[in-house]
Amino acid sequence: MSELTSLTLTELVKNIKEKKISSSEITKAFIDRSEKSKKLNTYITEDFASAIEKAKKFDENPNFDLKLPGIPLAIKDLFCTNGIKTTAGSKILNNFIPTYESTVTQNIWDQGGILLGKLNCDEFAMGSSNETSYFGNVQNPINENLVPGGSSGGSSSALAANLTPITIGTDTGGSIRQPASFTGTVGLKPTYGSCSRYGIVAFASSLDQAGPMSKNVKDCSLLLEVISSYDTKDSTSIEYKRDKYSEELTNNIKDKIIGIPKEYRVEGMPDEIEKLWKKGIEYAKECGAKIVDISLPHTNYALPAYYIVAPAEASSNLARYDGVKYGFRTEGENLIDMYEKTRSEGFGNEVKRRIMIGTYVLSSGYYDAYYLKAQKVRRLIKNDFDEAYKKVDAILTPSTPSSAFKIGEKTNDPISMYLNDIFTVPVNLAGLPGISIPAGVDKNGYPLGLQIIGKAFEEQTILNIAYSMEEKINFKNNITDWWIK
Amino acid sequence: MNKKNNEFIITKNNNNYEVIIGLEVHAQVTSNSKLFSSSSTKFGAEPNTQVSLVDAAFPGMLPVINQFCVKQAIKTGIGLKAKINNKSIFDRKNYFYADLPQGYQISQYKYPIVGEGTIILDMPYGQKEVGIERLHLEQDAGKSIHDMDPENTLVDLNRSGVALMEIVSKPDLSSPEEVNVYIKKLRSIMRYLGTCDGNMQEGSLRADVNVSVKRKGEKELGTRCEIKNVNSIKFMQMSIISEANRQVDLIEDGKIIDQETRLFDTKKNETRPMRSKEDAHDYRYFPDPDLLPLEITNDFIEQIKSEIPELPDEKKKRFIEKYKLSSYEATILVSDIEISKYFEEVIDKSDIKLATNWITGELFALLNDKNLEISESPISSKNLSKLINLIKDGTISGKIAKSVFEMMIDSDNDPELIVKEKNLKQESDPKELEKLIDKIINENFDKVKEYKSGKEKLFGFFVGQVMKVSGGKANPKLANEILKDKLSK
Repeated sequence: MSELTSLTLTELVKNIKEKKISSSEITKAFIDRSEKSKKLNTYITEDFASAIEKAKKFDENPNFDLKLPGIPLAIKDLFCTNGIKTTAGSKILNNFIPTYESTVTQNIWDQGGILLGKLNCDEFAMGSSNETSYFGNVQNPINENLVPGGSSGGSSSALAANLTPITIGTDTGGSIRQPASFTGTVGLKPTYGSCSRYGIVAFASSLDQAGPMSKNVKDCSLLLEVISSYDTKDSTSIEYKRDKYSEELTNNIKDKIIGIPKEYRVEGMPDEIEKLWKKGIEYAKECGAKIVDISLPHTNYALPAYYIVAPAEASSNLARYDGVKYGFRTEGENLIDMYEKTRSEGFGNEVKRRIMIGTYVLSSGYYDAYYLKAQKVRRLIKNDFDEAYKKVDAILTPSTPSSAFKIGEKTNDPISMYLNDIFTVPVNLAGLPGISIPAGVDKNGYPLGLQIIGKAFEEQTILNIAYSMEEKINFKNNITDWWIK
Repeated sequence: MNKKNNEFIITKNNNNYEVIIGLEVHAQVTSNSKLFSSSSTKFGAEPNTQVSLVDAAFPGMLPVINQFCVKQAIKTGIGLKAKINNKSIFDRKNYFYADLPQGYQISQYKYPIVGEGTIILDMPYGQKEVGIERLHLEQDAGKSIHDMDPENTLVDLNRSGVALMEIVSKPDLSSPEEVNVYIKKLRSIMRYLGTCDGNMQEGSLRADVNVSVKRKGEKELGTRCEIKNVNSIKFMQMSIISEANRQVDLIEDGKIIDQETRLFDTKKNETRPMRSKEDAHDYRYFPDPDLLPLEITNDFIEQIKSEIPELPDEKKKRFIEKYKLSSYEATILVSDIEISKYFEEVIDKSDIKLATNWITGELFALLNDKNLEISESPISSKNLSKLINLIKDGTISGKIAKSVFEMMIDSDNDPELIVKEKNLKQESDPKELEKLIDKIINENFDKVKEYKSGKEKLFGFFVGQVMKVSGGKANPKLANEILKDKLSK
């Protein structure tokens, strides 16, 4: 049953509950396909043997009341997993095995999920193409030598290539939505405070959010339901009534008002993105939504503000990787020498670049001009959204300004790489939920995504809009299995 | 150098200099668990046994504020008559060191939990008010141990993450003696509140000392130097004197004082540079994104206020008014909450005047001699109270009481039993005393004659005889009266 791996989560759960297939069969199928797909370089750490054990155990004593009954999945290697190496895509954590479990992954195991392994990602989630990983770049299953997006590139690739039925990523400036868009999959960044950050290797604490990645919106809603929880171990976790996203999912979005922000029509945006957006607007109308033009006047300042705030926090968050307590260490003449050698050898170039930017913008004499100003801009961006949401229920934009690019194409041009996040970054700065759904293809047949941005805590609304539009769009990923000979 | 009245002046080349001192006291918050983790804070545990994943800064670990520590800081703020800020913010102070696992210390920078307050010092020349600039909460670092291994520096993270209050005074202190009284008063207030045990040996109280000097009468402050991490009052005083003299010497030599951080060498009794202003760390403070701003409601503050015990200043006032103590006596008795408790227990059932004298006299001498705290006093308040009553009601004389006191030390013996067992009860029966005195008069007829002929100082001899014959037990007052009466006949 090789077709097992192309089933959606919803279908797999249904089949398991109806006892048509076992967890072991499913798990083996995904492992088999993963074994054949090494060329994609999606896995950093495989945990196949124990996945088979766990599946067997589940089958011996199945609990069908769980939301993910015996469902195997691989996850981004930014989530700490008890007893399993967690690298964050970095050499500096190459030998690090946590003795604890992140809240998000614990929620998944508690609902019957089974870990297949840890997926490649940009080093410390810093990147938009998965090319900054110490463990090498990842191939996009759409086409050879195409990046899968980043930083959750291992996740998007594994998902699109059917190596895992669902996965989780993290999104600091677009790291779930952009790779989803590049691989023709669905990715959602929840409201800041929805999913606990406990046990997730931190990049930029005020922006980081874990979120679900899946093949369709229904699967996405179910996985969000599993991972979103209030957690006292994370002081920024927010206590609010979380919806039963999958149960309350509806394609009825009649009279929902969707805003189209004119500032997202950026200079030099390819025609096909413009066309896709227009098509999206038509789909939304067909679904019964009302479309209105809105303005988010400070959008232009989002990217520069993001590339101050995120590196600033990162420069501090990554200070703990100093060779003293755990992880990689190079011995030195003295403490300072050890620090310098360890961090020079342990971190890659992009991480170093961001640590330097972050250190600079926080330095005395520059703090007010950069960090403080960026925080003010952040407030203005949030205010823009607040103002818009007085009139609309959600906002529709493209997910990315282009489709997936070639491996190596932008590695020497960080600015052009950073521009990839132009539509996703404002959402993180404002702490809002956003979902990317596949909506079409470019001239090469590479997938393109649309982003729906919601009000804080109203994931259900954007899921419903996405669900409704998904039906109309009826996107089919064209994957040829080119990497399997 | 000369000291007169309240002035601490350094004189060189006939120029007089005043010293300006400000203190940044680091006080460990009394709390079972750390500021942002649930690890124990108990002193003296095996190295690295009280360290959580948060304290050791493992990937993905997040701080969660300990509400009790916040409450302790607010309490202390109230004790310092300070403004409690409804909103304060935790910042990261970034620097690399082996015993700082996160690579930053979580502290409060622009928005501390407690604002301006005051401490009143009782100086021999009157009361002096010292301003408090602020109090903020922060994490302690771990400890680097350099002398345990010949090759390596070892790190103990037990202290990492322990809650500290940094209490910053205004530059209102002007002598080493004022520093002494300031630290003691601050410690006393915190011990009353139960917010810091003030144990300097265990490092619960340390201070950075800011010192500058200026020509007497001059308005403008001089350049200050900060002496880091001084851990006893004695060393604080020594370092101030040494540093102030160093600065005066520089000025008198026409040199410039560099603003810098210095360390005090206790063996050489001098300060030496640690780092200059140019080398000062750029700590890159910014609000910790892992923590929300700390919001404190007025209700919460009011609730804490209602739990505040009577503090030294108020207690002193009450002691003076209610117990008619002198200001000096009251200051001593309220200086430590345990002393004030002991005192009030003793006077609950005995004479205030006698109790005051016995506690500040005999008992303090004993504690001092044995280097004990009042809580470890070998004589309980109950038994001291009994002893005082034995004196008051004339059962024993003050002199006998002193020997009874000695006998009480070993195992907190009941003074009533001692008096009974050793038969030390004072002879106050006039008939018995008359008999005794008659006998002495008869046996010393020649002395009586001399006395009567004008040698009045012989009276002392007769008193001595009475005491000798009675074994010290004769009621001295009564014996005197009877003697006078008999000898005048």
